[in-house]
Amino acid sequence: MSYNQTIVFKNKPVIIGSYSIVGPKEGKGNFGPYFNYVMKDDSFGEDSYEKAEKKMLESAIVGAIEDAKIKPKDIQIILAGDLLNQIISSSYAARNFDVAFLGLFGACSTMAESLAIGATFIDSSHFDKLVCATGSHFSSAERQFRFPLELGNQRPPASQWTVTGSGATVLSKTGKGPKITMATFGKVIDFGINDVNDMGAAMAPAAMNTMLAHFKDTGRTPDDYDLIVTGDLGKLGSEILVDLMEYNGIKLGLNYNDCGQMYFTRNQNTLSGGSGCGCSATVFNSFIISKLRKGELKRVLFMPTGALMSTTASQQGETIPGVCHAIVIESDVEENKKIDRNKKRRVTTTRKVSYGTKKEV
Amino acid sequence: MEEKKRNEAYNNYVKAKIPKTRPWPSLFNSFLVGGIICTIGQGINDLIMLWFPNLAEQTAWGYTLVILVFIASFLTGIGVYDKIGKFAGGGSIVPITGFSNSITSPAIEFKHEGIIYGICVKMFTIAGPVIVAGIVSSIIVGLVYLFI
Repeated sequence: MSYNQTIVFKNKPVIIGSYSIVGPKEGKGNFGPYFNYVMKDDSFGEDSYEKAEKKMLESAIVGAIEDAKIKPKDIQIILAGDLLNQIISSSYAARNFDVAFLGLFGACSTMAESLAIGATFIDSSHFDKLVCATGSHFSSAERQFRFPLELGNQRPPASQWTVTGSGATVLSKTGKGPKITMATFGKVIDFGINDVNDMGAAMAPAAMNTMLAHFKDTGRTPDDYDLIVTGDLGKLGSEILVDLMEYNGIKLGLNYNDCGQMYFTRNQNTLSGGSGCGCSATVFNSFIISKLRKGELKRVLFMPTGALMSTTASQQGETIPGVCHAIVIESDVEENKKIDRNKKRRVTTTRKVSYGTKKEV
Repeated sequence: MEEKKRNEAYNNYVKAKIPKTRPWPSLFNSFLVGGIICTIGQGINDLIMLWFPNLAEQTAWGYTLVILVFIASFLTGIGVYDKIGKFAGGGSIVPITGFSNSITSPAIEFKHEGIIYGICVKMFTIAGPVIVAGIVSSIIVGLVYLFI
């Protein structure tokens, strides 16, 4: 069954393996304990950051295949993308696997884009097992999009911190694990923002558009989800999204949050929060999947956003278009309702406490 | 037309919502650090004049600049100058030390692309425009000076 932009899968693809690898700064962030591997040094033993990014992506793919307890030769296709020009990290990482490769570019929305396409492949029974992966590196993104690392400049308060990290997911036709049930492909939306230091505001309209399309296509409301999570809108962008949705008559409650906003602690000096392909990819492949596997989250709407800009286009005066793809993942764990309710209550109380202490600071 | 209106409204909304840098603390930090750098420069100059009394004043200034540029370049290399810059903003960009930092930092960053295509090509990506502006304005000033 399919609507205008949404696909509802019949043969629901199962997430049988996942892996996340991050840099040392990310390891000290809020999701630290959930990551599979935290690098001691962000060059990862390589002599350039581009090579480090490639190696991270490679180890994420290998890790996810091991986590799924299958062999690399069981994988039929790798779907991957990243932020660097000509998506070199993905294609160079794929060079070391004897598997078909499809390179994707959706900027920071690549994780959902690859999962949605991968799920469609499996739903249509063309492939049995495949890997979806993406990653980003702070230092390689900085040198491509901004200034040299050692330059003594200040960052504006709305700017975000590209996450050093990689995530990979193994999708399968059969097996046990959380299932992808729906995917909504987004349109490219541009509301005329041209400040390259304010990606959140540039991408929030795309998130709004995809969210509205998803709710319209499926007839669902935000209350149907335990967690609605956007990728890297950051603190500013997620506040804008809440306002935009309210303007459209949909109220996003406590079950809405943003990976970029949650990623780093306050003392880590990342201003508006995390960003990059790695931001949503590592949170999805660590925190979200582990909660889905345990059944602590039942149904998640995962919708990373991407800013489809290039430095050349920006310098020529173009505004920044954004895109957002959404997927719905459902847990396969059936749980006692009583336990579920207790857990929910505990989550809300801790959130309130943390908000309280934050305000005092 | 409708889209233009929507974009304008959205841009205004974002402009009102975007967090702003507080000018007074930033200005204070800038002037504090900028002042300290200038004082250090003056100190170096005075020491040179004290130790080498036979040196012409003009030459002593030259040596002072060389020493300041070296210190900033060294601090960039060991990863300290960007931390100063984060705190000081304009205060560490405007003096000659900032110029040194803007040349050293791309040189470090692009060394993986080789000496010619990396370091030599990219070295002036940030400082280049400043040099061009300096040369062009000196031409204009020179022309004005010629005619009056």
